[in-house]
Amino acid sequence: MSEATLPDAAGPPAPKVAPPVSARPAREVIYRHSLIVRLTHWINVLAISLLIMSGAQIFNAHPALYWGQYGADADKPVIELGARNTPHGLQGVTQVGDLRFNTTGVLGVSGPPGQQEIRGFPGWLTVPSNRDLATGRHWHFFFAWLFVINGLIYLLFGLLSGHFVRDVAPARDQIGPRHILGSIWDHIRLRHPTGAEAKRYNILQKLAYIAMIFVVLPLMIGTGLTMSPGFDSVAPWLLTLFGGRQSARTIHFICANLIVLFVLVHVVEVFLAGAVNEVRSMITGRYVVPKGHAS
Amino acid sequence: MSRLLLSRRGLIGTASASFGLLLAGCDRIAHAPSFDRFLESAQGLSYRSQRLLESGQPLAREFTRADLSPVFKLNGSINPGGAAYAALMANHFADYRLQVTGLVSQPLSLSLAQLRALAARTQITRHDCVEGWSAIGQWSGAKLGPLLQMAGLKRNARFIVFHCADELAAGSPYYESIDLFDAFHPQTILAYDLNGAPLAIGHGAPLRLRVERQLGYKQAKFVMSVEAVDRLDNIQGGKGGFWEDRGYEWYAGI
Repeated sequence: MSEATLPDAAGPPAPKVAPPVSARPAREVIYRHSLIVRLTHWINVLAISLLIMSGAQIFNAHPALYWGQYGADADKPVIELGARNTPHGLQGVTQVGDLRFNTTGVLGVSGPPGQQEIRGFPGWLTVPSNRDLATGRHWHFFFAWLFVINGLIYLLFGLLSGHFVRDVAPARDQIGPRHILGSIWDHIRLRHPTGAEAKRYNILQKLAYIAMIFVVLPLMIGTGLTMSPGFDSVAPWLLTLFGGRQSARTIHFICANLIVLFVLVHVVEVFLAGAVNEVRSMITGRYVVPKGHAS
Repeated sequence: MSRLLLSRRGLIGTASASFGLLLAGCDRIAHAPSFDRFLESAQGLSYRSQRLLESGQPLAREFTRADLSPVFKLNGSINPGGAAYAALMANHFADYRLQVTGLVSQPLSLSLAQLRALAARTQITRHDCVEGWSAIGQWSGAKLGPLLQMAGLKRNARFIVFHCADELAAGSPYYESIDLFDAFHPQTILAYDLNGAPLAIGHGAPLRLRVERQLGYKQAKFVMSVEAVDRLDNIQGGKGGFWEDRGYEWYAGI
């Protein structure tokens, strides 16, 4: 990989104002993220982190998932973070369908050596770290409200300001197998767009954002509401849509995992594309366009 | 390539450092009572928005016999124990009397036979435990609304409290409370039958509350008396229920 393709993360700070047009700019700085996008992004970071961790706490109260309207101890789970006694002590068993995995130390059984206990997700992943369903629920519903209100502000802004059409929707030239395959190849080689191409989101990035904004996160809210017996009386069609409260709980769990996967890839990409420049652009809005071979 | 490696190392370092800070911070404030109360304030938002949406008193989804859980999970107290309850049990609850007390003009004392003669409802509904599991069962029981009307609910009554025979913690009899909005919901019943047979001891014999749009801990078992009150803060821990006194939300619609 050539040095030129790597974004200049450690260079001097960006100029306060864009340089005059007459002088050929050494560094091109663009205003990339609007204030609402930046604010809602960071509120989302906080809300989603705590929702995932308090969600893991709530899950630990009954670490088994079912498909259908009902599901409890006597029914067959589709996913379970269980435990069993062996001659060598407790063993964590993660079950997905008919497959079983030994996940001692992380899933099913975890804790410091000698004090391992039966527990779905480990304490370092839950809030609070000890088993406390009541407190976990307080956190979950507080940050669920924050997440929903924040999300509505973002959606409204995205629609009205043109952010979705301008920044998130794939451009005409980005649609088509040739461009998409090219982008996949770039991602495999950890190559990031430079010059004019770096001023917009790449096609895989756009598709990932669209999947999160319009599919996974709405599914999260929909399945979350389906688990509420009160809301079910208001919108019984949710039970039909998701195939029951226990199915909704399973979908909620799968979507939570997809969100974690998205965040991991997202953060890795931020570092690969130049952490300082990327994070700065999400704080101040200003983004230094990485120079490429052609520019 | 070296810079790439550096940023990878930086990524892992920064990520784990911030995660550790986040965890330590969360734990510290999670155990601060004032912060917990602040977070719990979201309960009011959930309660008020659901009450607004439920203003037409919609019914909880009712299922068919084909949807019944093969095994209805037993949870909480399986047997209240104690001499008084054991005596009732020995006599198949022939001596059981449900007391209706508090802010009513006509306190009542009703036998099971009398309860079975009241306006009744049978419904196949889903029971949702706060832990996450669900079970579907068919409940039959006396409708709470007409029962309260029979007792002549006073104007200042705001909540209905259910006092139970079991003690999940020593010295703290189980109790629960609901508001009048739920008390007069058509599916709110004092159930005496599950799946066509008298309640088993483990399911709360001889009488348990079904308030279908809330979670399992609201469905008080072994109900001995029903009390109409204007406030909850002077009963036991003051939060309106056994689990509420131990940190769970009073409104368990979510």
